[in-house]
Amino acid sequence: MPRSRFTGLIVIAVVLAVLPFLLPNNFYLDLAIRMMINACIVLGLNLLIGFAGQISLGHAGFVGIGAYASAVLTTHYSWSPLAAMLAGALGAGVLAALVARPIFKLKGHYLAMATLGLGIIISIIVRNEAALTGGPDGMPVPALALFSFEISGEKQWYWVLSGILLLSLWASLNLINSPFGRALRALHGSEVASQVVGVDVAKYKLAIFVFSAVFASLMGSVTAHYVGFVTPNVADFFHSIELVTMVVIGGMASIYGSVIGAVLLTALPQALTGFEGWETVAFGSILMFCMIFMPKGLVPTLAAKFGRR
Amino acid sequence: MALLEVSNLTKIFGGVRAVQNVSFAVEAGIVYSVIGPNGAGKTTLFNLITGIYVPSEGQIRLDGRDIAGVAPHELARFGMARTFQNLQVCMNMTALENVMVGAHLRLDRNLFKGALRFPSIARRDAALREEAAELMRLVGLEAFIDAHADAMPYGALKRLEIARALAAKPRVLFLDEPAAGLNPKETSEVDILVRKVADSGVTVVLVEHDMKMVMNISDQILVLDYGRKLAEGSAAEVRRNPDVIAAYLGTHQ
Repeated sequence: MPRSRFTGLIVIAVVLAVLPFLLPNNFYLDLAIRMMINACIVLGLNLLIGFAGQISLGHAGFVGIGAYASAVLTTHYSWSPLAAMLAGALGAGVLAALVARPIFKLKGHYLAMATLGLGIIISIIVRNEAALTGGPDGMPVPALALFSFEISGEKQWYWVLSGILLLSLWASLNLINSPFGRALRALHGSEVASQVVGVDVAKYKLAIFVFSAVFASLMGSVTAHYVGFVTPNVADFFHSIELVTMVVIGGMASIYGSVIGAVLLTALPQALTGFEGWETVAFGSILMFCMIFMPKGLVPTLAAKFGRR
Repeated sequence: MALLEVSNLTKIFGGVRAVQNVSFAVEAGIVYSVIGPNGAGKTTLFNLITGIYVPSEGQIRLDGRDIAGVAPHELARFGMARTFQNLQVCMNMTALENVMVGAHLRLDRNLFKGALRFPSIARRDAALREEAAELMRLVGLEAFIDAHADAMPYGALKRLEIARALAAKPRVLFLDEPAAGLNPKETSEVDILVRKVADSGVTVVLVEHDMKMVMNISDQILVLDYGRKLAEGSAAEVRRNPDVIAAYLGTHQ
């Protein structure tokens, strides 16, 4: 059984290893890197939405916290990139825990509204604290230097992110099949049934919310360093929706679906540039089409079609 | 001292007294059944004891410890397990995983150890898989060991809940209508299963409508009517009790 579980992981590893040699130029390498960054964030978000059944409509807020922690602390306070990154992750985690504690006692829509509000507040703060963040214009971020080694150029970033993505995939696959992960899926399947076997539901929801927030923040930091510039768009509502859409299109509660969703929705706007001015309409139509004919998302639908779960 | 002692338990929903002043005691190792007409308050009583509802009044003692109003996940620690009248199976998981979740409290549930697949976690999970498959065989689900929960028929899901509850290694097991919706053959299988569970030393508290089953397997029976205790005793005593006959069949006028 473990063999089949990791087959996809091996396939992805092979694709990642060969890809740079097939891509004609850095434009495509850059696209691949952005796909991988999104895939990681979506993976964490899918643990929360797909597996634990808890919605977050403000996840870009946590990405923004990481991105701006890295930008502001390194630029204005000359922290080391690693320390800034960890501070951002800590901040995102603490914030998530504070917000989650009262909200997870309630259900569904309250969480959606509260996370939505949280995301918007973070994005407003980032936009308005211009002295620190550069406001709507954004601000530059120094290169990511770990100890004496500095990551630069698309090639290096590509390999670093390949490593992060593979590690995240492996850890996620492990997690959902561990006692913690089963408890998480069980509370999604039947909250009361999970309670009577001893699952402290509030604690588990909190843990996975904090976990995915911290992960989003770390990936936000990585994005900021990779792009070398950060704007408030990283934290805004549309980015949150984009992330949730990737989860849904790829497939809720599907690890590989997270990757497929991120890859497709990162590539789609590029593929649609030929529609000149009608990209958004085409984009929306494709999403609607997907949801009508594959409501469970791409990967679960195709897996069911070919007889595998 | 009895394993479970309930005294003067009352639950009021708005103006409705769903359970009023009910007292009883369950000795360890027996099969104790709760019966009564529809709406008598049987499931409410179960939900009070297993922590789903908070009692309006009264005490519930497990091993002498007051557990009234304690959350369900805490009660699981004290050795309490239950099944549900309306199925509560996790349809997003396989049958085997549903049973494995039952063992939740007996496992190392650390998030990071799980994500990094520590050897200790992998070993324990492999052993648990065997254990869960064994439990599925015990409840007669050997045909569904590799099945996904959403591909199983109703009767099998009822037994899957029992297997999940047993995976917790409970001291007292609450079964809420385990035979509801089952055909006679399946009912007699559940009948045998409950006896088997009780013989293994687990105290069973049962809510059931199937009178044949109740009379067959119960050591002690509590009869509820309109939320009140109507009678208590052995099967033979309850069957002869005129109040019980009146509640079930109506009175002669």
